[in-house]
Amino acid sequence: MTGQPVVEIRLISKHFGEGLARVDALREVSLDVFPGTVIGLRGPSGSGKSTLLNVIGCILEPNSGSMSLNGELVYSNKWLRADLRGLRLEKIGFIFQSHNLLPFLNAWENVAVARVMAGASLAQAKARALELLTYLGIERRKNAMPGELSGGEAQRIAIARALANDPRIILADEPTAALDSQRAGTVMDMLRKVATERQTAVIVVTHDEKIFDHFDHIYSLRDGAIEQPQANAA
Amino acid sequence: MNLALKDIRHNLGRFVLTCLGLSLLLGIVLAMVGIYRGLIVESLGLVRAAGAQVWVVEGDTRGPFAEPSRIPGDMRAAIATQWGVAAAGGVSYQNVEAQHRGQTKRLLVVGAQIARPGEAPRVVEGRPILRSRYEAVADRGTGLALGEQIKLGRDTFTVVGLTKDLVASGGDPVVFIALRDAQKLQFDLTPSAARRELARLSGASGAIDTVNAIVVRLLPGVDAKRFAQDIARWKHLAALTQEGQETVLARSVIDRARRQIGLFTALLLIVSTVIIGLIIYTMTIDKKKAIATLKLIGAPDRRIVGLIVQQALAMGIFSFLTGAALINAGQGFFPRRVVLEPADAAILFGVVVVACLLASALGVRTALKIDPASALAG
Repeated sequence: MTGQPVVEIRLISKHFGEGLARVDALREVSLDVFPGTVIGLRGPSGSGKSTLLNVIGCILEPNSGSMSLNGELVYSNKWLRADLRGLRLEKIGFIFQSHNLLPFLNAWENVAVARVMAGASLAQAKARALELLTYLGIERRKNAMPGELSGGEAQRIAIARALANDPRIILADEPTAALDSQRAGTVMDMLRKVATERQTAVIVVTHDEKIFDHFDHIYSLRDGAIEQPQANAA
Repeated sequence: MNLALKDIRHNLGRFVLTCLGLSLLLGIVLAMVGIYRGLIVESLGLVRAAGAQVWVVEGDTRGPFAEPSRIPGDMRAAIATQWGVAAAGGVSYQNVEAQHRGQTKRLLVVGAQIARPGEAPRVVEGRPILRSRYEAVADRGTGLALGEQIKLGRDTFTVVGLTKDLVASGGDPVVFIALRDAQKLQFDLTPSAARRELARLSGASGAIDTVNAIVVRLLPGVDAKRFAQDIARWKHLAALTQEGQETVLARSVIDRARRQIGLFTALLLIVSTVIIGLIIYTMTIDKKKAIATLKLIGAPDRRIVGLIVQQALAMGIFSFLTGAALINAGQGFFPRRVVLEPADAAILFGVVVVACLLASALGVRTALKIDPASALAG
């Protein structure tokens, strides 16, 4: 791994509640994620992996530490940017466990919507959406509504949406939880392809052991702290 | 990309059904306003039908549309000889129930002198009254046809002419008869009652030549207000200009109806606003996950607010237009006259738009409170 990490986390802590009710969700977590890598975050329920994902996604404010995304220091004991949604739109793509496609938009519109939110015209957004659907091999389903898509197809559309604004970071929350082994493998192959070809850092929260061999590194979280990372032999 | 329209298209059936329900409510609101306008047109129509510039009535009264007014019939001749008078005619008004084709009908019977102010205006079918006995000009609202006969009191009248849209402020259709017939209808007693009355008065007979008002048409250039002031100096008479009479009618007769209809209209609008608000709130709750996803991927608040407000507006506007079309198509079936004026429709449209904006507030508040992190929860 060379170059500048796209995600650079230093001593990030986050707790919920105070006094006896205080729960330390993250304890001085530090993490670097480099472009072109796919890393996994695993751990038991309550270990802090979702909290870490929310912090990296600028959804949840930590209590202390610092965080840089794509070279920009965005948190240093406080948010340094007021427009966090703009920041997400610009730098981060999200993939969800249940794909979260908007039920009232068809496949290409679901991809284009992220681009439109970033200020692109509908024509530009559509062109980009069709390009991504072709890239992910699902252009034939461009006019299908989410209810007409299989789980694997829907997840590929969701990946396309995550890529719509060319983010350097993709955060995926259990993206294969609802898929069988074959489709889970296909989705992970696509994330690998995206990471490699677009030099995107992909961070995946997962419990799914069948996809562990798709990661460059797997970080285990326990009680809000990262245990020693395991480089993947595969 | 208009997310509001996309969502409406996705749930088109529910949207259309909701709008149909709302359109009925808004249609009723429009009908209420239309009925109120109809009430004004009808009430003033009768006053205006007399073609008067000045109404001479009993002293210290406000005329036959507001309170009882009786003056001697021969006063007409005295008024007619005043300087500036082009024509004057005595009129009487009385509510009568009559049987017609087996049904009891309530009518406003107007007694007017032939070829004098106050007689039936604009006879649209047939002819005006030419004979002083037993002829009538009826409004089409009575259901009477030309040549048909109707019994008023103890006399039978033949319909010789028809008018259109001439009803009393209470909605009763108008029948014109000659003044003499009207006086007879008002004062003639049954034979037994007449005998008793004759005995009681020891031979003296009560005068029946009274009218409720004398309507006066002035020569060109004569100031109606000044003429009315001059007449009012006569101690036993009062006089109102046409404008004054219309004001009295509007205040005393229409005002209560206006307040009643206004109250119902306001209540219906409040109900419509609450319904739109609840529907928009429900639609927002249904879209909670989609809104959380939009926020998570970075959609600005104005996009989310736009989605909610545009749907509320679409619902209100679609319902308003459907309601207006329904009432326009069905206004002939209302028991009262419905007058739909573009200005009223435009005002109501504005009120509906404001109501939609208010109604969307709850949905907007809910949407803005949705945590983007909830999109990540399975």
